[in-house]
Amino acid sequence: MHTLEREPAGTASGAGYCRDFTPGLLDPARKTPALVTGPNGKAADKRFNVYRNNVTVSLINALAAVYPAVMRITGEPFFRAMARFHVRETPPTSPLLFEYGRDFPDFIERYEYAQSMPWLADVARIERGWLDAYHAADAAALSPTELAAVPPDRLGDLVFEAHPATRILHSGYPAVTIFSVNRASDPVGPIETTVAESALVTRPMLEVEVRRLAPGVGLFLGGLMAGETMASAAAAAGEANADFDLAAAIRVMLEAGAFAAIRRGE
Amino acid sequence: MPVLAIHTQSRVSGDLRFPAHRIEGLAGTSFKHEHLSSILVDEEQNRGFFEVHAENYMGAGGAPHAALTRIREDHPVSLHGVCMSIGGPQPLDKTHLARFAALVERYEPQLVSEHLAWSTHSTTYYNDLLPLPYTEATLQRVAEHIDEVQEIIRRPLLLENPSTYLLFRESTMSETAFIREIVKRTGCGLLLDVNNVFVSATNHGFSALDYLADYPLDHVGEIHLAGHAAQEDDEGDLLLIDSHDGPVADAVWKLFEIVIGRCGPIPTLVEWDSAIPEWPVLKAEAKAAQAILDRHAAAFRRERLNAHA
Repeated sequence: MHTLEREPAGTASGAGYCRDFTPGLLDPARKTPALVTGPNGKAADKRFNVYRNNVTVSLINALAAVYPAVMRITGEPFFRAMARFHVRETPPTSPLLFEYGRDFPDFIERYEYAQSMPWLADVARIERGWLDAYHAADAAALSPTELAAVPPDRLGDLVFEAHPATRILHSGYPAVTIFSVNRASDPVGPIETTVAESALVTRPMLEVEVRRLAPGVGLFLGGLMAGETMASAAAAAGEANADFDLAAAIRVMLEAGAFAAIRRGE
Repeated sequence: MPVLAIHTQSRVSGDLRFPAHRIEGLAGTSFKHEHLSSILVDEEQNRGFFEVHAENYMGAGGAPHAALTRIREDHPVSLHGVCMSIGGPQPLDKTHLARFAALVERYEPQLVSEHLAWSTHSTTYYNDLLPLPYTEATLQRVAEHIDEVQEIIRRPLLLENPSTYLLFRESTMSETAFIREIVKRTGCGLLLDVNNVFVSATNHGFSALDYLADYPLDHVGEIHLAGHAAQEDDEGDLLLIDSHDGPVADAVWKLFEIVIGRCGPIPTLVEWDSAIPEWPVLKAEAKAAQAILDRHAAAFRRERLNAHA
């Protein structure tokens, strides 16, 4: 059967039930829709509330599953209250729940009660990157032998194709350190650093890996991911950071499996 | 990590073909990733099937696909969609439909099912199985949606009866009459969720046995069993919630035994989706279902022998 001509939802005969049913699902101030009932004329308020509860709680749970470190930092009651605001303001538009919560880090950034934790949104961005890496397409990581086979005088011209899982995130706060200690189950002691950090998220096989990058390395890898040649990315990183160590940066990117392939630049 | 070796090569070339495990007469469980390592070392677990929620495998790659590939090599698999929104008035999401069909093609599941419910309206996805009125108009739309799914997956879909908590004033037919007509119009099969029958019967004050008497049991290709939770409605009466967070209730086991007595040993799944227990607890529920299936399989074989004698 082929797709039939259809009237827009809500105008076709019998199609109004979704239009009338949905507004109350995410708005507790709304009354139970008039089109529903309990059996034999019984009331339907608590019955409709089952659906309201299923929708809201399951979406809060979905955010909790994506952002466990954020929840550990804030505590569960704080997290669920914050997530409830976000769910009502920005419900999902895709049936794939692992795609949900992409706007949550920005929401956290402007959430009134999270202003005392200015690094929290960046921790959330790393967690979002973690999940994207987890579901990214499979690909073999660039092997060190492949790179070693390139003659030294050609290295500068190389451009790199990122592995589908690779993400780089820059934070003005020690977000990678905060992320790492809160994704583990060990007790969290005081965090003694206040410096900016960059995260490298990769998944060379099936396990997602998150590394804190030395100053300059984030800039270098970001340049490579943007399609710059190795020489140009290294020069930019060296200019910004006198301590930038190119050999160490290459070692990290190979070990992390950040790239899938190399080719000669233009 | 080596346990989950992924066969990128064969997948890319489209060569990957799984064993044609038989699912007839088997009990199974929801497949949860946290159970994978226990399942792989469980020597006793060699018969059962596993059911997965299709949407959890709609990412591009990584651990979910590696785990499902591993499971599918050793076991029959049932692919259970939870958000096609077949019961909604708006056209099916073509992107989602294509993703669903791609999973059917890739994993060659023994069973493929979806729900008589809706979850998307306009552009919002509500992440719940929402109820629909049973009218001539919704019947026609649901039948069109099932036709569309079956055309793209090129096989019959099993449609699952919902748990519901309320009724629509505009409904003009019973759920069983609606389902019977859907089967007639589309040729789809049915996933009979016995827990859902019990939950809805309790919530709406009808007899579960009457429901089953009026339900087209001949078309059932799979059965679901699950645990439920209890609340109260506005009048303080019992309102059951399809929570999938505990063992199957005694009353549901009894109904299940009645259904199997009538239909024979149909593949039966124990669902457990929240407050997930250790693997042995879930496996024990499936073994209880398997014992009932085996007992009736023997009775059905005797009956057939007698009929031929």
